[in-house]
Amino acid sequence: MVEPRPRTARAAHGGGTLLSAGEPVVWLMAAGLGLALAMIAGLLAMILWNGGATFWPRALVEVSTSDGRVHLGEVSRHERYRPTPEIYARLDPEVRDRAEHDAAAHEGTLGRTLLRTANYDLTGTHFTWIDDFEIEEGGRSEPEWGVTIERLEWGRFYGTPTRAVEQGRTVAEGTEDTWAWFEEVHPRLRSLWRQKRSLETHDVGRVNHELESARLELREAELREGVPPEWIGAWGELQRARQGGSAEEIADAEARVDRIENAGFVPTQAFREAVAEFESREAAGRERFAEIVGEVESLSQRMDGFEVVMRTADGTEAPLEVADIVRAIPQNRLGIVGRLGVYLSRWIEFLVDDPREANSEGGVFPAIFGTVAMTLIMTIAVVPFGVLAALYLREYAKAGPMISAVRIAVNNLAGVPSIVFGVFGLGFFCYVVGASIDELLFEAKLPNPTYGKGGLLWASLTLALLTLPVVIVATEEALAAVPRSMREGSYACGASKWQTIRRIVLPRAMPGIMTGAILAMARGAGEVAPLMLVGAVKLAPELAVDATAPYVHPDRSFMHLGFHIYDLGFQSQNSEAAKPMVFTTTLLLIILIMLLNVIAVWLRTRLRRRFAGSQF
Amino acid sequence: MGHADVAKPPSLNASTTETKMFSNPTPSQSEIRLDLAAIAAGEPVEAVIHEEVASEESILEIDRFALHYGSFKALHDISMSVPKGKITALIGPSGCGKSTLLRSVNRLNDLIDGVRVDGDMRLSGDSIYGRDVDVIELRKRMGMVFQKSNPFPMSIYENVVYALRIDGQRNRRVLDEVCERSLRAAALWDEVKDRLHESALGMSGGQQQRLCIARAVAAEPEVLLMDEPCSALDPIATQKIEELMDSLVPHYSVLIVTHNMQQAARSSHYTAYMVLGRLIEYGPTQRIFQNPKLPETEDYITGRFG
Repeated sequence: MVEPRPRTARAAHGGGTLLSAGEPVVWLMAAGLGLALAMIAGLLAMILWNGGATFWPRALVEVSTSDGRVHLGEVSRHERYRPTPEIYARLDPEVRDRAEHDAAAHEGTLGRTLLRTANYDLTGTHFTWIDDFEIEEGGRSEPEWGVTIERLEWGRFYGTPTRAVEQGRTVAEGTEDTWAWFEEVHPRLRSLWRQKRSLETHDVGRVNHELESARLELREAELREGVPPEWIGAWGELQRARQGGSAEEIADAEARVDRIENAGFVPTQAFREAVAEFESREAAGRERFAEIVGEVESLSQRMDGFEVVMRTADGTEAPLEVADIVRAIPQNRLGIVGRLGVYLSRWIEFLVDDPREANSEGGVFPAIFGTVAMTLIMTIAVVPFGVLAALYLREYAKAGPMISAVRIAVNNLAGVPSIVFGVFGLGFFCYVVGASIDELLFEAKLPNPTYGKGGLLWASLTLALLTLPVVIVATEEALAAVPRSMREGSYACGASKWQTIRRIVLPRAMPGIMTGAILAMARGAGEVAPLMLVGAVKLAPELAVDATAPYVHPDRSFMHLGFHIYDLGFQSQNSEAAKPMVFTTTLLLIILIMLLNVIAVWLRTRLRRRFAGSQF
Repeated sequence: MGHADVAKPPSLNASTTETKMFSNPTPSQSEIRLDLAAIAAGEPVEAVIHEEVASEESILEIDRFALHYGSFKALHDISMSVPKGKITALIGPSGCGKSTLLRSVNRLNDLIDGVRVDGDMRLSGDSIYGRDVDVIELRKRMGMVFQKSNPFPMSIYENVVYALRIDGQRNRRVLDEVCERSLRAAALWDEVKDRLHESALGMSGGQQQRLCIARAVAAEPEVLLMDEPCSALDPIATQKIEELMDSLVPHYSVLIVTHNMQQAARSSHYTAYMVLGRLIEYGPTQRIFQNPKLPETEDYITGRFG
C-alpha cells in the first residue's frame, strides 16, 4: 500500500499561474471568434447599407454655379481632394476667395460633389462633378417640381414638366396641369405598351419557333432522303424568288430545279409531301407574322404622339414619349410614405423584370431564375453521385493503398482552382458530350449547336463536379459515424449488407449527408469563374423553362447573379450608375443563397428530429 | 463489444492463474484439479460435461469449434449441445471467449477481418459453417440481443417488424399482429401501445433493451442469443428482463452470456463455465452452482477466482 502524498506538497508548486489556468488561451480564442464575427457583420452591414439604399429616392437638388450654369440632380457622393495650385489661378477673384476660404478651413483640401445629372441624350454625360466653391451663395435648392423620369432608353431624365402634347397639339400647359394630364394618360399608355411588348416578344417568338420547327422538319426529311445540296440550293432560290421576285426570276429558278431533277435526282413522294407541308406551314407563319405586325402598328398608333415636354435645369425643353416612361417621380413633393412606395415599386421591378440599358436598369429576374435553377440542378446531380461514391469507398471497397490514393485524389480535387473545372466543362461537356448529342439528336440544326455549347445543364454539371469532393467527404464522415452496434443489430436480424445500408446506415447518416449537400450548395451558388466558360452570359431573357415545346431547355444559356455582378461592375458603360446596382445585386445574391441554405437546414432539422432521442 | 474483451491478450488471466499454481504446487493426476497455467500454455483440456445435458433434446450442436483472430486463438475446440426450450448461460472471466462463442453462432464474427474458424456448429441439424450455407438465411433463424441496446433510428413499430420488412412482408395485418405479439412477449406492449409510431430512441434504457428483445423474437427464431443483455441496466430493469426470459421458455431456446453470477443462477437451466477459450464444465445450473465437479468452477462461482 502506498502512503498518500501530503496534500500540501502538491499545492506548493501552485496550479495558480495564469498560463496553467488557460485564461490567456481563452482570451485568444474569444478574440479570434470576435474578429471573425466582426468581419462577417462588417461585410453584411456594408452590403446592406450600400445595396439597400440604391432604390431610395433622394432629394433632387438644383445647383447654380459661378459659370452661370444650373444643374439638377441627385447627390451621389461628396469628397475632398487636394487641388493643384494652377486651379486657383484660373478662378475669378470672388470664386477664388471662396475656394481659398474652403481650403483654409479644411487643411488645404477642396470639397466637391458628384451630382447625378442624367439627361444623357442632351448632355452626353450621366454625372457631373461640382466644386463647392463654384456654387453661388444660396445657389442650392430643392425645387418642388423636380421630377425623375425613368425611361426605356438613355437612362434617367431630370427636369420639370411644362407642357403636354397630344398628336402635336398642346393640351395642357403649366407644371401642375401637365402633371395631372400625365398621371391620367400614363397608366393607359403603359398598358398599351405592355400589350405591344407581349406581341413583339411572345407572339412573334411563337411564330419564329413555328417557322424554325417547320424548317427543321424539312431539313430532317432532306437528311433522311439524302437530297443533294444543289437541289436544296436551287429550291431555296425558288422560294426566295416566290417571296418577292419578278415572274422572270421565278421562271428561272423553277427551270433550275427542273434541270437538277432531270439530271438524276427525283424527289420521292414522301419528300414532296414534306416540302408541301413546309410550304403551307411557312405560309401560315408568314400570314400570322403579318397579322402581328398589323396589331403592333395599330397599338403604336394609339400610343404614339403623347408627349410630355420637360424643361431641364438649364432651360432646354425636351419632349418625352409618355409610353416610353417607366416611372415618373416628383420626389421632392413626396413624403416618407410616397418615397417608400417608390422604393418598394423599384424593388419589385428589380425582382420580377428583365434588365434594360445594358443591365444597369430594370430587373434581374432572369439572373435570379438562372442562379436558382443552376443551384438546384447542381444539387440534384451532385448529391446522389457523391453519396454513391462515398458509399462504395466506405462500405464496399477493401481498404488498401488504392483506396487511400483515391481518397487523397478526391480531397485534392477540392483544391483545384474552379476555372480549371470550367475549362474541363467546356472541353468535355460542351465539345465532346454536347457535340455527340447534337450529332445524334439535333442533326437538322447543325451547324448551329444545341448542346454543343455552354448552357444551363453543362454549367450545373460542371459545378456538380466542382462540389463533388465536399459531398463525398461529408458523406464518408457521416457513414463512419453510424455506430457499429446498429449495423450488427441489423445483420443479426438477417438483413443483407445492402438492406442494412439502405434501411439503417443511410437514414442514420442522412443529416450528415444533408450537411454535405448544404456546403456544396453554398459553394456552388457562389461560384462564377467556371460559369463564364460553360454558359453564363450577359443577357439571356429566354428562360430555360417556358411555354414553347419541349418547355424545358437545359441547353440554353442563362444569366447568373454572380456573373451579373461582375458584368455590372466591370463591363458597364455607365459605371457610376452601375455601382450601386453592384451592391444591390450582391445583397440579392446573399439573400438568395441564405434562403436556399435556410431551406436545406430546415430539411435537415426535420430529418434530425426523427432520430433525436435519449442516448445515455 | 463482445470481441473486444477477447482481443485482449490473455496475460492478465495467465498471471492470476500462476498464483493459483503456486498455491497448489503439486497437482496430482488423481485429483481432478486443472492446471490453468498448462491450459494457458496451450495444452488440450477435456471439458467436464454432466450427463443430464445428454438427456435433453438439443437445438444447437457445437462440434469441436475453434476460432482465431489472426494468430490469436480465441476458442479452443469447444463441443457442447444447447438444449431446446431451455435457458443456457455462458459464464466465465472476461476474455474467456463466451461472447465470441455466442457471436459465432450467428456468424457475426464474419464481419471482422482476420477471423478464421475450424469445426462446425449445427442448428437443428443444419450446418452453420458449411461451405454453401446462406449466412443471411441462417441469421433469420436466430435472434440476437446485444450488451448495449441498439434500437434502430426509426419508430417503435418499424423496429419490431424490421425482420419482416427485410423479408418483404407488406401485409399490414400480419405486421400489426407480429408487432403486438412480440411487444407482449417482451412485456412492453402496455407501455408503448399508444406511441408505436414515435421514435424508438425516445424510450428509456430498459425499454430500449426490451424493444430489442421484441425485435429479436419477432421473426420466431429457433434460438435467441443474448450477449450480457442486462449489463447496462439498473436492477429493476434487470429483473424485468429476467422475468421476461422466464416467460420466453419453453417457446424459445435461449443462449445467454452473463457476467452476473446471480443472474445465471436465478434464471438459467444450464450453465457452461469457460476459461481462456475453453469450455471447462457444463451442466444443470443447480449442479454447477451447488455441487460443481471441478474445484475451479467452485472457485469462480464463489468469487475466489482471481
